[in-house]
Amino acid sequence: MTATTTLPAIELKSVGKTFRVSGGILGKDRHVVAVDGVSFAVAPGGVLGVVGESGCGKSTLARLILGLLTPDSGDIAVEGQRIVDMDRKARARLIQPVFQDPFSSLNPLTRVRDIVAMPLQAQGTFSRAEIAKRVDEMLERVGLPGEMGNRLPAELSGGQRQRVAIARALVLRPRIVVCDEPTSALDVSVQAQILNLLAELRRDLGLTYLFISHNLAVVEHVASEVAVMYLGRIVEKRPTQALFHQPEHPYTQALLASVLTPEPGLGVPDVGLGDVMPDPANIPPGCRFHPRCPVAEPRCSTQMPPLRPRPGGGVECLLAS
Amino acid sequence: MSALLEIERLEVGFGGRTSAVRGASLTVERGETHCLVGESGCGKSVTALAIMNLLARGGHRTAQRLTFQDEDLLKLDDRGMARLRGNAMAMIFQEPMTSLNPAYTIGSQMTEVMRRHKKVSQRVATDRAADLLGRVGITAPGLRLGQFPHQLSGGLRQRVMIAMALMCEPQLLIADEPTTALDVTVQAQILRLLAQLQRDLGLGLLLITHDLGIVARIAHRVSVMYAGEVVESAATAQLFADPKHPYTQGLLRCVPVPGKQRQDEPLGSIPGTVPRIGPGFEGCGFRDRCSFADATCAHTVPHQTAAPGHDYLCRLAP
Ligand SMILES: Nc1ncnc2c1ncn2[C@@H]1O[C@H](COP(=O)(O)OP(=O)(O)OP(=O)(O)O)[C@@H](O)[C@H]1O
Ligand SMILES: Nc1ncnc2c1ncn2[C@@H]1O[C@H](COP(=O)(O)OP(=O)(O)O)[C@@H](O)[C@H]1O
Ligand code: SF4
Ligand code: SF4
Ligand SMILES: [Mg+2]
Ligand SMILES: [Mg+2]
Repeated sequence: MTATTTLPAIELKSVGKTFRVSGGILGKDRHVVAVDGVSFAVAPGGVLGVVGESGCGKSTLARLILGLLTPDSGDIAVEGQRIVDMDRKARARLIQPVFQDPFSSLNPLTRVRDIVAMPLQAQGTFSRAEIAKRVDEMLERVGLPGEMGNRLPAELSGGQRQRVAIARALVLRPRIVVCDEPTSALDVSVQAQILNLLAELRRDLGLTYLFISHNLAVVEHVASEVAVMYLGRIVEKRPTQALFHQPEHPYTQALLASVLTPEPGLGVPDVGLGDVMPDPANIPPGCRFHPRCPVAEPRCSTQMPPLRPRPGGGVECLLAS
Repeated sequence: MSALLEIERLEVGFGGRTSAVRGASLTVERGETHCLVGESGCGKSVTALAIMNLLARGGHRTAQRLTFQDEDLLKLDDRGMARLRGNAMAMIFQEPMTSLNPAYTIGSQMTEVMRRHKKVSQRVATDRAADLLGRVGITAPGLRLGQFPHQLSGGLRQRVMIAMALMCEPQLLIADEPTTALDVTVQAQILRLLAQLQRDLGLGLLLITHDLGIVARIAHRVSVMYAGEVVESAATAQLFADPKHPYTQGLLRCVPVPGKQRQDEPLGSIPGTVPRIGPGFEGCGFRDRCSFADATCAHTVPHQTAAPGHDYLCRLAP
């Protein structure tokens, strides 16, 4: 099959999700816009990196794609099938999550081997012998051989727990893995181990990743294309090289400028964003970035920027040609 | 004149079981930003708390020397320490909500610190608080003084913490991971601010972090900690250009650098994990992860000098 006729591994069309948050006894209910009109497609075998500040909607996006949340609007398809139409077992065979916190995402009373076996058991179609064999293979594959399988999560380091979470996600041999900040709770030396493992598994097993991180350096290392989120919208999406070398959106530029590479003598840059913080319950009119944008013009506070197409994506800024 | 803060062979244990800090030495000069860097659990926070004599119950510190402005901190009683804390030496923590009281306004917390230590009127203290909030880049300081901590974003709270720490014109500021909980954009703003204040006020700044990017950008001097020991210390440019300790070398290879990395190549990594170390541990704490380890590394490892001001703890020759 040529690339043009291949179904995207993940496809979103104008997906939106708003949460209603109670305002307490006196306050009015607030509407938190977590994801707003998001569209993109990820080709099989690709890695889409998603970056943005805390609260911009990254995890909500992940949970929508995993079918853990239902969108208010729009469509989500995984390998051509609408995720909301799939039953849980079929979904589990196709797409799996790896979450940030290796401490809370594993049951503390369950041994490693049983944690990894659970998705196989839930399918109800595997024999005990087959489950044991697959679990052993998987544990070996993620670097937890032998007696490690008999340990409890508390007896493992953060990196080892994340290996367990990866084994659990891959044991059903899914096609797609959604990684939500898989290394954010880990130290750099352990982060490097886990990133290398994820890259190796993707190559060997032909996986597609949606890879969420607030660490741009990590995203550059793993992603083939990158989407930058701001207050629920994707404001720029481009192939990784293009985004890192010619970022077009002022927010992408600010994010990149904020990365403190370990290069002595460069000092800390002025990213020019002021002290206004984005509030997803109070989305500014016009371009939602305008209160912080260092190059905003008067029209930016009234006019919503249209999507300007770019090879492999686009940019939402009135100044973009 | 001796350094602002001098620590020699600091040991901290908890209940005879964990040795959190094992013979760590470091100095902070006046007007210097000294970064203490290392992975989670290596003893950075415990070192800071030991300096301030704020260790949790069961924590016990000893040292050959622990002086601040030539005053022996080991001999000071609680009242003596209380006189220094928040005054000549101040501290900022990672999570500002742990040190801001939710029940009081920003203004009353900021002025209280100053009035506890200095004989000034409420008016003078309020003026100083408003002035400092402005200096840390907070718009409408007058309004902020009347607000409660929960009404501010994380980035604003951390700015308030910095302003509060500066109320009594400290000589030494200890900042423990002051930006780890913040977004990268806010982190850059806060660090820029800290570096600027440090220069303008000539502060000695001991900045604790696990992020080598931060170290490279703002430190004059760096000490690398591993399993409770300072394993290498050097001027920043020197450490990044010519790291001597195998752990420092490994750490520098692990950091992905935008624009510098080949995607098809794996990142450098350090195999294994930090060992749990109890009292009586001997030899190099890094030896089960070190590719240069040999039998001698299980015994006492020498302190060596690679160049003036560049020391490391390893058997390997410079
Ligand atoms: N179940 C929920 N109920 C109400 N609000 C929610 C819910 N889940 C998320 N939100 C809100 O939606 C917005 C987006 O949240 P989300 O968790 O997707 O952010 P994020 O980009 O993953 O942030 P972080 O980097 O901190 O993980 C936030 O304002 C969040 O508080
Ligand atoms: N109150 C305490 N009781 C017992 N052990 C502690 C306590 N505080 C810290 N430790 C231990 O001391 C070591 C160093 O901790 P810490 O200084 O907090 O590390 P970090 O370098 O991440 O700041 C760790 O092994 C930690 O578990
Ligand atoms: S549309 Fe205007 S405010 Fe928005 S990013 Fe572009 S220049 Fe800035
Ligand atoms: S003392 Fe030995 S084990 Fe420790 S860092 Fe040096 S060579 Fe490696
Ligand atoms: Mg999240
Ligand atoms: Mg700490």
